[in-house]
Amino acid sequence: MTKTAVFRAVDITKTYQMGEVQVRALRGVSLELFEGEFVVLLGASGSGKSTLLNILGGLDVPTSGTVHYLDNELTASDQGMLTRYRRDHVGFVFQFYNLIPSLTARENVELITEIADSPMDSLDALDLVDLRERADHFPAQLSGGEQQRVAIARAIAKNPDVLLCDEPTGALDVKTGIVVLEAIALINRKLGTTTAVITHNAEIAKMADRVISLSNGQIAGVEKNTTKIQANVLSW
Amino acid sequence: MKKLDRKLLRDLYQLRGQATAIFTVIATGVATFVMSMCAYQSLTTSKDKFYRDYRFADVFSSTQRTPNAMLPRLREITGVATVETRLVYDVLLDVPEMTEPATARLISVPDAGQTVLNHLYIKRGRMLQPDRSGEVVVSDVFAKAHHFLPGDEVRAILNGKSQSFKIVGIALSPEYVIQVQPGAMLPDDKRFGIFWVSERDLEAAFDMTGAFNSVTVRLAYGNNVDAVIEDLDRLLTPFGSIGAYDRSEHLSHQYLSDELSQLRGMAIIAPAIFLGVAAFLLNIAVSRIIVQQREQIAALKAFGYTNLEVGVHYLNLVLLITVTATIAGTLFGFWMGNGMMGMYEEFYKFPSLELQINFFAVAVGFLLTFSAALLGTYVSVRGAVRLPPAEAMRPEPPPSFRLSIIERMLPKHALAPEMRMVVRNLSRRPIKAFLSVIGIAMAVAIMILGNFSLDAMNYMMDFQFRMAQRQDLTVTFVEPATESVMYEVQTLAGVLQSETMRAVATRIRFQNRSRRVGIMGIEPEAELFRLLDAKERVVRVPDFGIMLNTKLAKLLGVRVGDEVIVEVLEDKRPILTLEVSAIVEEYTGVNAYMNKQRLHAALLESKVASGAFLKVDPNSMDQVFTELEQRPGVGSVTIKDAMMQSFENTVAENILVMRSIIVIFAAIIAIGVVYNTARISLSERSRDLATMRVVGFSTREVSTVLLGEIFIFTVLAIPIGFMIGYGLAGIMIAGLDTENYRVPLVINRETYMMAAGIVVLATIFSAGLVQRQVQHLDLIGVLKTRD
Repeated sequence: MTKTAVFRAVDITKTYQMGEVQVRALRGVSLELFEGEFVVLLGASGSGKSTLLNILGGLDVPTSGTVHYLDNELTASDQGMLTRYRRDHVGFVFQFYNLIPSLTARENVELITEIADSPMDSLDALDLVDLRERADHFPAQLSGGEQQRVAIARAIAKNPDVLLCDEPTGALDVKTGIVVLEAIALINRKLGTTTAVITHNAEIAKMADRVISLSNGQIAGVEKNTTKIQANVLSW
Repeated sequence: MKKLDRKLLRDLYQLRGQATAIFTVIATGVATFVMSMCAYQSLTTSKDKFYRDYRFADVFSSTQRTPNAMLPRLREITGVATVETRLVYDVLLDVPEMTEPATARLISVPDAGQTVLNHLYIKRGRMLQPDRSGEVVVSDVFAKAHHFLPGDEVRAILNGKSQSFKIVGIALSPEYVIQVQPGAMLPDDKRFGIFWVSERDLEAAFDMTGAFNSVTVRLAYGNNVDAVIEDLDRLLTPFGSIGAYDRSEHLSHQYLSDELSQLRGMAIIAPAIFLGVAAFLLNIAVSRIIVQQREQIAALKAFGYTNLEVGVHYLNLVLLITVTATIAGTLFGFWMGNGMMGMYEEFYKFPSLELQINFFAVAVGFLLTFSAALLGTYVSVRGAVRLPPAEAMRPEPPPSFRLSIIERMLPKHALAPEMRMVVRNLSRRPIKAFLSVIGIAMAVAIMILGNFSLDAMNYMMDFQFRMAQRQDLTVTFVEPATESVMYEVQTLAGVLQSETMRAVATRIRFQNRSRRVGIMGIEPEAELFRLLDAKERVVRVPDFGIMLNTKLAKLLGVRVGDEVIVEVLEDKRPILTLEVSAIVEEYTGVNAYMNKQRLHAALLESKVASGAFLKVDPNSMDQVFTELEQRPGVGSVTIKDAMMQSFENTVAENILVMRSIIVIFAAIIAIGVVYNTARISLSERSRDLATMRVVGFSTREVSTVLLGEIFIFTVLAIPIGFMIGYGLAGIMIAGLDTENYRVPLVINRETYMMAAGIVVLATIFSAGLVQRQVQHLDLIGVLKTRD
C-alpha cells in the first residue's frame, strides 16, 4: 500500500531570537507525513517539536530547508499564500486552547466556519466532541477539558485536510486528557484527517500509527506502532 | 453579525471604563471645534447679510460743519457709489429714573423717511414719519435696558435745551451691531443709546440748516479705499474733517472682527489639545489590548484570518469609539453653539442670529478626529498585524529591565521593593511615561487657560481704573471750554478734586506708517489721571515730546527717542515734529499723551479744555450729575464705577460660564489620562501584583506599585502643566491683542493652585477607581493560567 505523502520536509533548521537569547530550535529535520495517518511527535520540552509543528502548519518558516504540502512548497510561499493555506487546509489545537474569551463555544467555532469554504455546521462540530449542550457557554464557564474540546471542534469544523495538535492534553488532568484524545482519534478515524499530535508524554505515543521522536532539534527515531491502543486505556 | 464583530462589541464592553474616558475626550474636542466653527459661520453670515441687505457703509468721516453744496463734489469722487450726509451729535439724556447721566448719539434721518446707507431694521413700531417732528427711533439694547416701548417719551438735552421725543420705533443698525461708546471698553446699554431723529429736528436744534457734519460712503465694487479716503480728506479738511476711515477703524466692526478671529483661534487650539490627548489615550489603550490579545491574534491567524482582517478588526474597535464620539461631539457642539448664540445675542444685535450648521466644519472635524485616532493607533495595530503567528503563540519574553539611573544614584537599599518596581517601570518605558506626564500636564494647562482670563481682566481693570485713572467722572465738553466753564465745573459743590485735559484729533506718522489717534494733553502733576509703565510705576509727564501707549508704539514701530510727525486734524491744523519721550502701558485703546501746556502751545491756542476728570464726594454724586446735565457745554459724562460695574457684570457672567465648562473639560482630560494609565498598569501587571499578594504583600503595598507611578506622573505633570498653561495663555492673549483692548498675561497664584488641586483630585478619584479593582484581584485565577 503506497500512501500519498501529505507533508515532505527536507533538512529544515530554525533559529530564532527570544528576548536576549538566540534559540536553535531545529537542526536539520527531514520527515514525511502520510494521508490519513495519526502521528505523534514525541519529545521533551525544548526539543523543537512545537517549532516543527508550527512550520508544518504554515505559522512559521524555517531558517533553511524545504517543506512541501502535497505539491505546494510552503517554504517558497509568501505570507498571503501561507494564510490561504492555513485557512483552507489546516486545523490547529493548542495547549492553552486559545479560545476567544469574549465568544461562546459555538461562536468560537463559527468564527472559523465563517471564513471556510465548505465547513460543517458548528453544532455538528460540537456534537463530534460531545459538547452540543454547552454551545452557548463562554470559555470562562467551561472546564479545561471542555475548552480543549471546543478548540478541537473549532479546528475540525472547517473540514481541514490536516489537524495539528500542540500538547492538547498538556494543561489537563489524565481523565480529561483522555476524553480530549478520544475526540482527536475519533476525528482521525471518522473523517480521515491527517493528524499530528505533539506531546512530551510517551504514553500518548501508544495510540499513534507512527511515533517520531525529537531530541535537541533533531529526529532521534521513528517508530511504527504495530498495534494502536485506544485512548481510553491509556494512563499516566 | 459576523463573529469577529461580536467579539469586538464584547471587547468594547470589557473596556468600557477606558472607552468612556476616550470617548469623552474625543467628543469634547469635536464639540469645541464644531461649536467654534458653527458660531464663526453663523456670526459671519449674519454679519455679511446684515451689512449687505442694510447697506453698511464702507468709509466714514466726520467734520465740523460742511455746507450741503459740497455733496455733488463728494459724489464725483472716483470709486464712490453712494454718499450719504447727515448730522450726528452726542447729547446727554434726561431719564427720570436715572440720576446719573446717559448719553445718546443722535443721528439724522433724511426727511424722506429712510436712510440711504446704514438702513435701519425696525424691530418694533415704525420708522419716522416724514412730516412729523419730535419722533425718535431708539436702538434696541437701549430700549430694552430702559423698558422703553413705542409710545413712550424720552427727553434729551439738545444744545442746552431739554427737548422731548416720542419713541415710535425700536431698531437695529449695521453701524451698531455692538453698541460701544467711544472710549468705553464694553457696551453699557443703560448709559449709551443710539437715537435716530428727523434731519429737520436736528438742523433746527443745532442750527445746521443746509449743512452736515458726518458723511458715510459706499464704494463701487473693486475700488481702492485709500484713494477714496484721500479724496474725501482733501475735500472735507477745510470743513474740519478729522480724517476719513474705513471699516477697519469702525468700532462696532472692529469688535465683531476681533470676536471672529478669537473664535477661529479657539477652533484651532482647543480641539488640537483634546484630539492630541485622545490620540495618546487610544494609543496606550489599543497597544494594551493588542498585547493582551496576543494569543487570540495568533489563533485567528493560525486559522487563516488574514493580516488585513486582523488589522481591520482592531481598527474597527478604534473607529467605533471614534465614530460614536464624533457624532456625539458634533451634536454636543451644536448644542453648545446654540448656547453661544444666546450669549452673542446679548452683545451683537442682528435682525436674525441663528446657529448655522457648518457642514464643512463637521466634515473637517470628522477628518481630524479620524486622523488623530489612526495616528494614535497605527503603530500598535501594525504591530498586531505584523506579529508572526508562531511568535505570538509563544509567551512574550520577560521585558528587559535594567537598573535605572535614579537607582544607581541612590544608595543600594534606599528604595523599598515596591518603589523599585515603580522606578524601573518608569525608566523602562520613558516615552510612555513622558506622554502620560504631558497628558496630565495638559489638564493642568487647560485649567490655567480657563481661569487666568479672570485674573487678567481683574488686573487690567485694577491697573487701568484704580491705579492709573483715579477720577470718578470724566466730563467732555461739546466745544473746547474756556477757563470760566472749566472753573464752573471744577467748583461744583461735591467736587473734591479736578484736572482738565485737552484732546485733539491727529494723524501720527512714523516712516511709512500712520494712525489716526487722539492726543490728550494732561497735567504734569496729575493726581487723578495718571500714566503708568508696565511695572505700575507712575510715569511723570515730561515737558517735551509725545508719549505713546505700548500698542500705538508697536503699531507705528516707534521707540523712545524716535521722532514722529503729528498732523493735527482740527482748527489751525499745525504739523508738528515730536520726539517720543516715553512709552506708557495701557490695556485699552490706542492713545498718545502730551504735556497740556505744550499741547496748547503747539496748537497755538490759549488755555482751553476738552474735558475734565473729577473726584466727587460720593454723597454729592447726584447733585453733581444734576448740575452737569444742566450745563449746555457738557457733551458726555462717563461714570467710572458704573462702567466697571457693567463690565464686571457682563464679563464676569460670561467668564463664569466658560470657566465651569473648562473645569469640566480639564477634569475629563485629567481623569481620562490618569484612569487610563492606572487601568492599563493594572492589567499589564495584574499577574505581578497578584503574585505579590500571594507571597504576602498587603493590598496597600500592592497599590503602591500601581498608584505610585500615577502619583509620580501627577507630581511631575503639575510644574510642566504650569509652564504649558503659561505658554498657552500667552498664545491666547496674543489673539486677544486688539486695538480696543489688550489682556495682560497675569496668572494669580490661586489659579495655579486651583489647577493643581483639581488635577490632584482627579488623580485621587481615578486612583480610587483602580484601587477598588486591586482589591478584587483574582489571586488564584491570575496565577493558574499560562506557563
